[in-house]
Amino acid sequence: MKHTLSVLVENEPGALSRITGLFSGRGFNIESLCVAPTLDQTMSHLTLVTSGDEFIIEQIIKQLNRLVDVYKVVDVSEGEFVEREMALIKVKAEDETRAEVLRMCDIFRCKVVDVSPRTYTIEVTGPESKLKAVMELLKPIGIKEITRTGTIAIQREKKTV
Amino acid sequence: MTKLPGKQMVVEALKQEGVDVVFGFPGGAIIDVYDAMEKDGNIKHVLVRHEQGAAHAADGYARATGKVGVCIATSGPGATNTVTGIATAYMDSIPIVVFTGQVPTSLIGNDAFQEVDIVGITRPCTKHNYLVKDVRKLPTILKEAFYIASSGRPGPVLIDLPKDVQNQVAEFDYPDKIKLRSYNPVVEPHTKQIERAFKLIEKAKQPIIYAGGGVIIANAHKELRKLAESINAPVTMTLMGLGGFPGTHKQSLGMLGMHGTYCANMAMANTDLIIAVGARFDDRVTGKIEAFAPNAAVIHIDIDPTSIQKNVKVDVPIVGDCKRALKKLVKVIEEDGRPPEVWREKFRPWWDQIHAWQQRHPLTYKTEPGVIKPQYVIEKLYELTKGKAIITTEVGQNQMWTAQFYKFDKPRTLLTSGGLGTMGYGFPAAIGAQMAFPNKLVIDVAGDGSIQMNIQEMATAMEQKLPVKIIILNNQFLGMVRQWQELFYDRRYAATEFSMTPDFVKLAEAYGAKGFRATKPEEVEETLKKGLATDCLTIMEFAIAREEGVFPMVPAGKATTEMLLV
Repeated sequence: MKHTLSVLVENEPGALSRITGLFSGRGFNIESLCVAPTLDQTMSHLTLVTSGDEFIIEQIIKQLNRLVDVYKVVDVSEGEFVEREMALIKVKAEDETRAEVLRMCDIFRCKVVDVSPRTYTIEVTGPESKLKAVMELLKPIGIKEITRTGTIAIQREKKTV
Repeated sequence: MTKLPGKQMVVEALKQEGVDVVFGFPGGAIIDVYDAMEKDGNIKHVLVRHEQGAAHAADGYARATGKVGVCIATSGPGATNTVTGIATAYMDSIPIVVFTGQVPTSLIGNDAFQEVDIVGITRPCTKHNYLVKDVRKLPTILKEAFYIASSGRPGPVLIDLPKDVQNQVAEFDYPDKIKLRSYNPVVEPHTKQIERAFKLIEKAKQPIIYAGGGVIIANAHKELRKLAESINAPVTMTLMGLGGFPGTHKQSLGMLGMHGTYCANMAMANTDLIIAVGARFDDRVTGKIEAFAPNAAVIHIDIDPTSIQKNVKVDVPIVGDCKRALKKLVKVIEEDGRPPEVWREKFRPWWDQIHAWQQRHPLTYKTEPGVIKPQYVIEKLYELTKGKAIITTEVGQNQMWTAQFYKFDKPRTLLTSGGLGTMGYGFPAAIGAQMAFPNKLVIDVAGDGSIQMNIQEMATAMEQKLPVKIIILNNQFLGMVRQWQELFYDRRYAATEFSMTPDFVKLAEAYGAKGFRATKPEEVEETLKKGLATDCLTIMEFAIAREEGVFPMVPAGKATTEMLLV
């Protein structure tokens, strides 16, 4: 079962390494990881997608909380939440496919952020399922390169981490 | 406000934290701190012969006193040599603060001489660690280090001090108290949970208290005893818990687990309620986890939430300090007002069963004429010291025989590496304990294998005039591994036999210490008497039955009821 965790952590050198070290050392999974400072620059918000049964997730949350640098851990996937991921996709765009790529962008509300005579670079944002769908459709045309951010998430409505 | 260089801040912090002794070994990257200590003159420094010894000595000091132990090493190899000691303290939740020198900040990352990323290396085996890059942050870091090491579930904290930072000057205002927004261990247990726990105790017919090292760390031995006596429940202890409940108490079933008593393991297998206090259900205790205590409900008191529900399902988790939780639980029981006789009557059938197990297979061993049995040595040692010594052990058979045959009545009298199982721990730990208690009898029970892992510390003990006693149970084998090979590897003794061991008596003499040897059972008592009566470092060597095993034994991965007996 997939879980999305929001982790508030001190913005200190080594803090991220403690978290990733915890996962590798204890044999937990990291599917994706995204970190950036919060409004308060001394704190970072980390979104971590992991998987495991309820006992493993309970252990992961407890073990994270045990780290001296970790301020708070919330399993946002326990309630209603919004998740987004961004990908930059460099896709082959030659004469016969250029129009097709643009049409796809239109349907999925992607943005073309860079153009060359033979490629388009597309920015796509959405939940992971949307990214997957775009990639599937672009694959036959020819994807040259992809970079993805990993998921970020936030709880719906008034709730905050 | 005073301005101080980093090196002097370290010394001031040590004094303010009440540190009276540090264990260490100097080098180029830490020489400045040493210089500041020397100039100050208020802190006793024990010069070890290997940095691993310093870490274990600080650990032994911490276990014996309950205070934070401190050790110092230089950068690079000095720092890496402390790692085993740090990991040992980490596994057993022992508060130590480790200072390491580091190359100047301008050289960090350059593969400079004696440079190593010790903060990176020790991240998984410290509770927390720091690389100090800005001397202005040092006072806070020093305070945090001692606070983090000793609060919550204690553990080692490392501070890496680059050489330039040691000499940079900043304002020194040592905080009295510290509050960390991201670190607030839960100390006070939830009252509701205590009440729920009591309900389970009321319902139980065959309860057992399972006590671990947390009882000793939290100084909760009195409260534990009160709980056990007020409901007349049997108590079994982990290796780390020995001394947390009197081993001679009639409600004590002794140690449980791989080399636990038959009775303790049978009681755990048949109980309907485990009251776990400061223990963590590790694999040496549970054996095959699927077969462990199949009918038991579990109450688990622990300060570390990660220990709860890590290995077994828990019905009533109680997060908090063991002492406070036990106090609250005892209060609930007292308020309930049932007199002791009611509880005694309630658990009578359970006790009848337990007594039957005790009688069926008590802890025992076979005697052989002309051969010294190691268990006999430990029994005699217990008799002669009246159970009043501080005992440290190495790891392996020597450790298990000590745990089985020496009855520990008081907390902090058995110092042993339980979690990591570090050979070479016992002797430097004994040095640490003896530094803390110069007038107490401190004895390291060792094997001929493990004593050689930190034997260089004999020079340290002699230099400090420490009358540590070393008992070597010499079977010219790495006995515990040999035992496994005998039982599970068709007696193929791969790399476990020592065809060469030094003459330990002469070795003692070479260091200016005393050495005695016994080769026959009738010499055991005399040798112990002579050895214990000295006022200096002393080795007592016993040539023991070479292929003696530790029993009972639960083979690794088997259910705890599948014990191999004597």
